[in-house]
Amino acid sequence: MTAKDWIVPLAILAAAVVLAPLPLVAGSYWMALLVNVLMYAVLATAWALFSGPTHYVSLATAAFFGLGAYTMAFLGEKLPLALVYPVAALIGAVIATIVGLSTLRLSGVYFVIFTFGLAELVRQLVTWAEAKYGGTVGRFVFIDVTQQGIYWMLLGMLVLVLLTGFLVQRSRLGWALKAIGEDETVARHAGIDTTVSKVAVFVISATFMTVVGAIMAPRWTYIDPSIAFNPIISFQVLIMALLGGAARLYGPILGVVPLAILFEILQANFPNSFSILLGLAFLVIVYFVPSGIVGLIDQGRDVLGRAGRRRAHPAE
Amino acid sequence: MFLVDVILSGLILGGIYALIAMGLSLQYGVARIMNLAYGEFTIAASFLAYVMFTLAGVSPILALAVAMPASFALNWAIYRVLMTPLVKRAKSPGALEVDSILATFGLLFVVQGILLMIFGGSYVSYSYLAVPVQIIGSTVALNRLLAAGLAVAIALALTLFLMRTRIGTAIRAVSVNPAAAPLVGIDTTAYAAFAFGLGGALVAASGVLVSMFFTFNAAMGVVFTMKALIVVIMGGVGNIFGALIAGLILGLAESLTAAFLDGGLTLAVNFALFLAILLIRPTGLFGKAAR
Repeated sequence: MTAKDWIVPLAILAAAVVLAPLPLVAGSYWMALLVNVLMYAVLATAWALFSGPTHYVSLATAAFFGLGAYTMAFLGEKLPLALVYPVAALIGAVIATIVGLSTLRLSGVYFVIFTFGLAELVRQLVTWAEAKYGGTVGRFVFIDVTQQGIYWMLLGMLVLVLLTGFLVQRSRLGWALKAIGEDETVARHAGIDTTVSKVAVFVISATFMTVVGAIMAPRWTYIDPSIAFNPIISFQVLIMALLGGAARLYGPILGVVPLAILFEILQANFPNSFSILLGLAFLVIVYFVPSGIVGLIDQGRDVLGRAGRRRAHPAE
Repeated sequence: MFLVDVILSGLILGGIYALIAMGLSLQYGVARIMNLAYGEFTIAASFLAYVMFTLAGVSPILALAVAMPASFALNWAIYRVLMTPLVKRAKSPGALEVDSILATFGLLFVVQGILLMIFGGSYVSYSYLAVPVQIIGSTVALNRLLAAGLAVAIALALTLFLMRTRIGTAIRAVSVNPAAAPLVGIDTTAYAAFAFGLGGALVAASGVLVSMFFTFNAAMGVVFTMKALIVVIMGGVGNIFGALIAGLILGLAESLTAAFLDGGLTLAVNFALFLAILLIRPTGLFGKAAR
């Protein structure tokens, strides 16, 4: 790599170093907010890893997140904690491979609908299995992880997902995905194994989501399928990534920060009309910021660039 | 005759699913809008019937006469105001698909939020014509039978309308080839809006019919959307006959699962069926064109 190639990873690490000491000074309210922002930052970046270049809109985030949370609930007290996260990652990867292989030949709306239903399906299966074999539907999670611990783990995951994204974008795989997003048939004719490329990145993305679920589970002392597999998670991740802009690695984070804070405030102050406000936020973003904040930045840069050129060549 | 019971109730359920899905099939097949707020409109119509019945004692049949035109107008307006800008902006059919999915998500939450504010989250139902009727040695509630009968009647009326009238022919033309339809003087946007409204009228009808025998709450729209989508995709997008067959299959599968396997697994079985059909025939049972 040349010197220029080191800038992005170094910037990511530097930002993490700056953010790492925050739990030492923040109060519990701010900690809760920070953990929330970080959680969505990892989820949205992981989502955009796959959906950004391919334009396959996935709504399966909640399915993988919930799987991770349930892995922690099941194994948290049976295995050493340091082992639970890799196990969760493995489970996420295996399920994502199965889901990916069987559904990624669906495209467009069929894929959206399938992933839309996947979380619902997993939730119903878990509910059914818990009611039948577990006796109760809910489950207590008594695992000794502090708020700070969760924060640091999530920060580590954010660094990891950003670095992964950086490496994927620069690799052949990244180019293959972009080609698939442009035109899948053309990509196939150009000799790209579209299935392998799509499944590989889908699995990477889902594995991150599953681990985030496992990290977050101790935050609730009680989980049930409707908490762990809450479809709102998928929707929020989607809208955050879109607001930021899924075309760039750092894009989703730009959307996560304002929206995570906004949703937090709305949920605290208007719990009854939260759904309406969430819907309106969706509509506003779709109609007025279709290419995301990243798109706005690019437009702004274009305008500035043109103005700059005009100043340099006043005759034109 | 336990098996007859199960099959009969499956067919009745399937007829209603088919009706729910026909509206969506029209909206997606003709107007090319994948309306994910669809189930919310079903539930809204159910609540309308519930309010009219419990507050004023108005029969659900009359509620149909109110809900269908109202929902037609509302959905027509939604297409004109919310969807037309997206149609104009879209560079490709794929872009419109994604945009419309996202916009109707927003709509889903808004409608659901409004329903939650008015009615809260609790389950409601009302008792209308809950009288047992004997058919082929099996007992069915009259309200279910009536709902299924009306569903069939509405489906027949729709089919005749699409097949036998000028407007119906134009709608089918837009559905088959939206690019070529203007060449023979068809105003595509106007017909797309009309079809979207018509789909809305059908969803309202199914909501009212379902409310006659079903316990529902404000958060349940997603379940109906899911089922309608499964039926539409299973049957082949835009294919009304396919929607009917797929609806019946789904209804049967559901009542057979509940009777012989486990009531908690109905959705899982539905979904497995959906996936199996998609994997064997990616365009659905009766779909033709790729994608």
